Amino acid sequence: MDIRTSVDAAKMSPLKLAIYAGLCLLVFIAPIWFQGFGQLFLVRILAIVGIYVMLALGLNIVVGYAGLLDLGYIAFYAIGAYTGILGGLPLSHWLAATFPQYPWLPGMSYFIMIPFAALAGAITGITLGTPVLRLRGDYLAIVTLGFGEIVRIALNNNIFGITNGAAGLPKAGESVPKPFPLEWLQNHLYFSWPNFGSTGFNFTFTANVYWYYIIVLLCVFTIFVVRRLDDSRLGRSWTAMREDEVAAASMGINITGAKLYAFSLGALWGGMAGITFANFQGFVSPESFTFMESVFVVSIIVLGGMGSVPGAIVGALVIQGVPELIRGMASSGLLQTLTGIQVSAEAQSAISNYRYLVFGALMVIMMAWKPQGILPSKRRARELAPESEAALDESNQTLYDAQHDTAHPGEDR
Amino acid sequence: MLTVTNLKTCYGKIEALKGISLTVNEGEIVTLIGANGAGKSTTLKTLSGQLVPTAGSIEFEGVKIAGLPAHKVTQKGIIQVPEGRRIFSRMTVLENLDMGAYLRSDKEGIKADLEHVFELFPRLRERLAQKGGTLSGGEQQMLAMGRALMANPRLLMLDEPSMGLAPVVVETIFEIIEKLNQDGITILLVEQNANLALSIADRGYVLETGQMKLTGTGEELLANEDVRKAYLGEG
Repeated sequence: MDIRTSVDAAKMSPLKLAIYAGLCLLVFIAPIWFQGFGQLFLVRILAIVGIYVMLALGLNIVVGYAGLLDLGYIAFYAIGAYTGILGGLPLSHWLAATFPQYPWLPGMSYFIMIPFAALAGAITGITLGTPVLRLRGDYLAIVTLGFGEIVRIALNNNIFGITNGAAGLPKAGESVPKPFPLEWLQNHLYFSWPNFGSTGFNFTFTANVYWYYIIVLLCVFTIFVVRRLDDSRLGRSWTAMREDEVAAASMGINITGAKLYAFSLGALWGGMAGITFANFQGFVSPESFTFMESVFVVSIIVLGGMGSVPGAIVGALVIQGVPELIRGMASSGLLQTLTGIQVSAEAQSAISNYRYLVFGALMVIMMAWKPQGILPSKRRARELAPESEAALDESNQTLYDAQHDTAHPGEDR
Repeated sequence: MLTVTNLKTCYGKIEALKGISLTVNEGEIVTLIGANGAGKSTTLKTLSGQLVPTAGSIEFEGVKIAGLPAHKVTQKGIIQVPEGRRIFSRMTVLENLDMGAYLRSDKEGIKADLEHVFELFPRLRERLAQKGGTLSGGEQQMLAMGRALMANPRLLMLDEPSMGLAPVVVETIFEIIEKLNQDGITILLVEQNANLALSIADRGYVLETGQMKLTGTGEELLANEDVRKAYLGEG
């Protein structure tokens, strides 16, 4: 039969490959460069952007693939963060006390706790999803919105007496252990060329650089999984369900099951991003998990393009990166040096407040001008703007093969 | 093959099916005719698991299936071509057909069935890379039927396959329904076009306001005075 496989279509042109390689190199070099020239805040911003990329990709499973609007996604992030700290601290104490001969072992508590935080997110997702996923569209959005607020308020009210209320965790006098092998890297990885550039290049492997790389690794892992999911049998059932629930059910798709999978997988990633955020910050408090954060993550997806991986990255850069960048530049004096504008302390805080205004305008403009997002997934582009370039690309492309195993790798049939 | 006894289905407090019984034997084409609001689609939706009956039983090959969710009914081999076709309009024709084979893992069988679908509907092969939503109404009906066939049905339930189609396309669709039946697929057909439905059916049931009014062979019903008056526009 004259149907080529999707694998052939996925082969990249040399130019595309070169661009990807360049981007990878940039992602690797950027923190070293910024750190070396003393622009620490930039490394930190990139790490935060990375966390939002993870969150956006996780929520993308729910919103972009399965078409369920979840406005309380940040609750899973909060649950992951608190699980990470509540479990990680005692674990590190216990490790320190039980295996004093391995002083690095307490630093592993973050890594040991990752699966538990992810699982905590997923279990919460299933618990919430089981009754709630019978609702559709707006109703689901309202219930998830409520859930997000309930979690934040519960944390704020020191639920079960373990979350320490608004004061956050860890409690005063305690701190999150340095993750392994940060100590060693700090002591061994530093170099300086005093004559390089105008300021000289002084690199030390700081905690920010460490977390940046950890977060990048997690993002790469997330992208890998999300891509595979999109191509999987499960991913296809989500697409079918999004298109027509009745027809999808007639094809033998368990609608409730498929929704629950999407919801819990999304929540799993929320939990993973949460524990990473908690350890990166070294501190969690309920104010990090406001409704506005959920809105940011949804905005990232909508702005970047639903169901699209590059879209999530660009969206996170725009929505989290740019305002932080402006604020960071203002407070570090970089903005003043670059533009010559005098930035007062009030103006600095005003900049971060004005970003909501800018978001609002940006979202309105985007919805009017390019509703499919900046870098839409091909399928979504087709849904919202059939005549657009991406959609045309797709129709010229070779088709996905219904028969050959290459199109369904690793599925559980 | 399929035995429905005293089936009742409600929408809220409104009883749409007031206890209907019907049987479909293996290898038959059975049609369900009736006016708007008689409960034809409700019957099919209840059989396919989209609606949960309030009373009565549905037995398929000796197994009770009343109240099973739609995807479980599909697993039993009862495949529905839903009313209004409901193809996945943003998926390509091939992707649509592949969704039909969602529950299957026999790659050879799927491949053979895909070829079979293309033989029945050569038009679909031409439109393979096209999005489902860009097809004409007739082609969409063909795609919906093709997609159902990909699930390898033992009982195929068609809900108003003639709806909104040009007469010549309707004829093609009905020829194919007969052909599928000759290939061994049992068919339960719900139709407004009573004349056409009864002419290909082995047996028919006439539904009126949620109750079974009449039953008989296709010819008997076609010849029946009441049926002719009420549904065939005569008298």
